[in-house]
This record gives sequence, structure tokens and C-alpha cells, in this order.
Amino acid sequence: MGLAVLLLAIAFFLYRAAAPALHKLGWSFVYSSVWDPVQDIFGALPVVYGTVVSSFIAIIIATPLSIGVALFLTEIAPRRVGRVVGFLIEMLAAIPSVVYGLWGIFVLAPWLRTTVEPGLKTALGFLPFFQGPAYGVGMMAAGIILAIMITPTISSISREIFSAIPQPQREAALGLGATRWEMMRLAVLRSSKRGIAGAVILGLGRALGETMAVTMVIGNRHEISASFFAPSTTMASIIANEYSEATSDIHIAALVEVGLLLFAVTFIINSLARLFVSRSGNR
Amino acid sequence: MKRRFSDYVFRSYRKRKSVNAAMVAALVAAAVIALIPLVSVFGYVLQKGLPALNVAFFTELPKPVGETGGGMANALLGTVTLVFLGSLFGVPWGIATGLYLSEYGRGRLAGVVRFSADMLASIPSIIIGLFIYALVVVTMKRFSAIAGGLALGLLMIPTVARSSEELLKLVPEHIREAGLALGLPRWKVTLWIVLRGIRGPITTGVMLSIARVSGETAPLLFTAFSNRFWQRGLDQPISSLPVQIYTYAISPYEDWHQQAWAGALMLVMLVFAMNLLTRLALSSAERARK
Repeated sequence: MGLAVLLLAIAFFLYRAAAPALHKLGWSFVYSSVWDPVQDIFGALPVVYGTVVSSFIAIIIATPLSIGVALFLTEIAPRRVGRVVGFLIEMLAAIPSVVYGLWGIFVLAPWLRTTVEPGLKTALGFLPFFQGPAYGVGMMAAGIILAIMITPTISSISREIFSAIPQPQREAALGLGATRWEMMRLAVLRSSKRGIAGAVILGLGRALGETMAVTMVIGNRHEISASFFAPSTTMASIIANEYSEATSDIHIAALVEVGLLLFAVTFIINSLARLFVSRSGNR
Repeated sequence: MKRRFSDYVFRSYRKRKSVNAAMVAALVAAAVIALIPLVSVFGYVLQKGLPALNVAFFTELPKPVGETGGGMANALLGTVTLVFLGSLFGVPWGIATGLYLSEYGRGRLAGVVRFSADMLASIPSIIIGLFIYALVVVTMKRFSAIAGGLALGLLMIPTVARSSEELLKLVPEHIREAGLALGLPRWKVTLWIVLRGIRGPITTGVMLSIARVSGETAPLLFTAFSNRFWQRGLDQPISSLPVQIYTYAISPYEDWHQQAWAGALMLVMLVFAMNLLTRLALSSAERARK
């Protein structure tokens, strides 16, 4: 029953290991944008920026997609089809992150470099997000991989919420002459806004902490660039990437501090999500 | 901006019909788009992984840089070892938590435990790795199989706890009452009657969490680390399939890429088979209950 103790222990040990960096760097850690291990200067701003933007791209792509999938599964698909598709979507969640990374390096990134990014550049090149050379690996690849990985999370929770809506509510809308889509809007979507918000926040929590796949496709560069094509780095990926190379104690402590920050952020985000979606079978 | 239902009725019927058709098509498209990555990942893993799978892959050690051939035998054994160590530690703790929550879990304390389990489940796995690093690796002053196993075990606790809690709740109340009526103390009823009766489904839940953690990479990077040779002991660094895939994938060597694909094929197959089996086992168990 020591789970609560365990949670506290995690926070405590991370804090202890990060303490040297906390004391030495102080608040500059959060707002400085220079990350230079050679001179022991560590500013996490680019890392935080990369995390936020890649997760944001993921949410933008995954939210409509997942809600669409959930609506398809509960409202449109015949039961048989729904079961099979539902299982396949769950499989999407079960594929290990490192396999997504491998696929991202050799399939997704080349495709982005040769097809998608040049296309976006010609179509939307006037926006700062779609300028600069197309590397393939970078913010965009990370965002797309994350979107793929959080789609099952968001859609399975939305699906549970949709199927908890009583059938008569749907029948009432249909009975008043609503078309199928209008029924979904009025009877299903409108009454599950809160739950969907919770599902998206949970997806966000997963996207923020995802490590391997992101590390493998984001390019790992500590610079803030407006372009989505440029390489970047995230909180989780910088830890995975630099741990083996970290030689000075302060470098290790700084990485742990990044971890502590990530822990705090995901903790807050997930508690928030928990407020929105109360777990089924809780009471 | 709240629209009333009548607003919909008075719009032209034809327009409503076409909006409906477009949206339904869009929803079907969403499902199809969501499945494209799955098909693509599976396709590539099969196409690139199958040709690279051979006897050497299962029996030989990795060759030094520059030589082709060799296999991942040590990584396969390493993953088995790590997952075994993890289950040794994570499964009892997880089932105990599940038992507590379903049999005794009322009041504020249970709320705290449930909250902690949920939070533990949503902590990024790399944070668990950092924690074990700070706790075990720094203390022992070296990377070890034990540290890796502990990290995997921690990741198993919340999933095992949740699945066993939910399964235990399916055990009808009168079975517990029957046990208590025979004069058995509560803990005996819990362990010998309730837990025993639902052994099978709980085992499938455990298998599923094993499948999940055997693909974990992030928490192993700086706990179990890796090792190019056969493992020497539990207090030594140990290689594992996911970490090996990672190192091979980001390497510049064509031959290593192929092996990475073969490793990925193994992982995907394992996960897919486990999920399918669990699904079948659970649905047949449910049918038997009805």
C-alpha cells in the first residue's frame, strides 16, 4: 500500500539528485535559453519550448482525429466492424515507442522531407512555421509521431464517454427529425464536452512525457526556431539523449532537474484530467 | 451563440442532408486515417524485419562495429531476465494493491492509494528511470540488471493493480459471504477463495502488462544500460531488445538497421500476440460467466 509513499519518494529522490543544479542555477534555469554543457551553463527554455510545441502539434492533429474515430466507433460503425476497428486502434497504443521511432526515422522522416514539407512550403510558406530547409527530422516529425501515439488514448476515453450517454437522448434527437450528424452534435457531443476536454488533457500528458520515439525523430538541437521543419528537443528526449554523455556532476543534476520539472508538469496535468474524467468504476 | 434546435429544422433540408453525408464520410475517413500508421508500421516491420531474421539473430552475439552478421541473442535473454526481475517485484505489489482496493478499499486512505496508482500510471516512464538511477544506480555505483528490473517492476504496478482490481470486483459478493459464513477470517477468504477463483483472468492481466513493459526503452537507458556480451550477473549492466533496437536504429550502419527492424518485428509480434490472446481469453471468460 506504499504507492503514495513511492510517489513521494520519487519526488524526493529527484529533488535530491537535482539539488546541485537547483542551487547553482536558480531561476535562470527556467528562462535562460543557453544550454552549454562545456561551460556548465544550463537554460531549459528551448527544451520547454520544444516540448510544448511538439505536444501542441500533436494535440491539434490528434483531437479531431480521435473524436472522429470515437464517433465512428460508437455512432456509425456496425457492431462487428466497430469491434475490429476498436481492437486495431488499441493495437496502435500497444506498439512499443521504440518501434515508432524506428519507423519514424526510416519511413516518416524521409516522406516528410521529400513530399510533405516542400508541399507545405509552397502552399503555406508565407507563415513562419513553414519556412526554412526541410530536414525531415524535426519538430513536425515529432508532432506527427506523438499524434499517432496519443490518438488511441483520446479516442478510447471519448468512446467510453459517448457510450455512457443514454440511448433515449439520441432517439429523442432523431425523433425530432435531426439527421445523423445533427444527432451526434446535439445529443452526443454537446453533452460530453467536459469528458472530451479531460481526454485531450490526458493525451497531452502522454505527449509531454513520451521519450523514445520523439528522441529518435526530433533531431535534438537546443535552439528555438519558429519553423516546424527545424530540429528541436524536448524535456524527455534531452534526458534520454544526453545522459550517457553527461560527465560533469552539474550536467547530470541539470538533466535530473529537467526530469523534476517534467514530473511536476505531468503530475499537474494528469490531476487536472482526473478532475474532468472520473474513472469508471470509481464508486 | 447557442443555437436552438429549431434553427436546424428551418435550414433547407437539402443542405442538412449534404452536411450530414459529408460529416459521416469525414468520420469514416478519420477511422481510416487513424489506421494508416498501424498498417504502415506493420507493413514496414514485416517487410524489413523478416529478411533479417535468421538463426544467427537468435543465437549469436552482436559483431564488433564493421563486421556484418551476428545477432541479438544476448539482448533477447536480457529482456527475458529484466522482465522476470520486474515481475518478481511488480506483480505481487500490483495484485496486493488491487486486492486492497477491491476488498478493503473504502474511505479516505483508499482514495489516496487510488490517486497514487493513477498518477504512477501516468508518470512518463523516463522519470521512473531517473528515479531508479538516483536511488539504485548512484548507490551501487554501477548500472545493473537489478536496477532495470526494478524500473520495469515499478511500471507494472499500476497496470496490474488496475486490472486485478477490476477483475476482483466481478467476483460475486455471495462467494465472499459463503466463505465468511464458514467462519474463515477475512484474509483467508480474500486469498484462498476470492483470489483463487479469479486466478486465470488476473494472469492474463499480468501477461498484458508484461507485454507492455517488455517494449519499454526509456527507463532502461540509464538503469540496465547495455552490454555487448552475455550477461555476467544481476549486478552488472545487461542488454535488452528495445535498447538494442534504439542503438542500432540511430547508428549509421546499414547492417545494424536491418537488425533493428528484425528486433522490432520480434517486439511487435510479442505485443500483438499477447493482446490478441488476452482479448480472446477475457471474452471467453465473460461468455462463460453469463
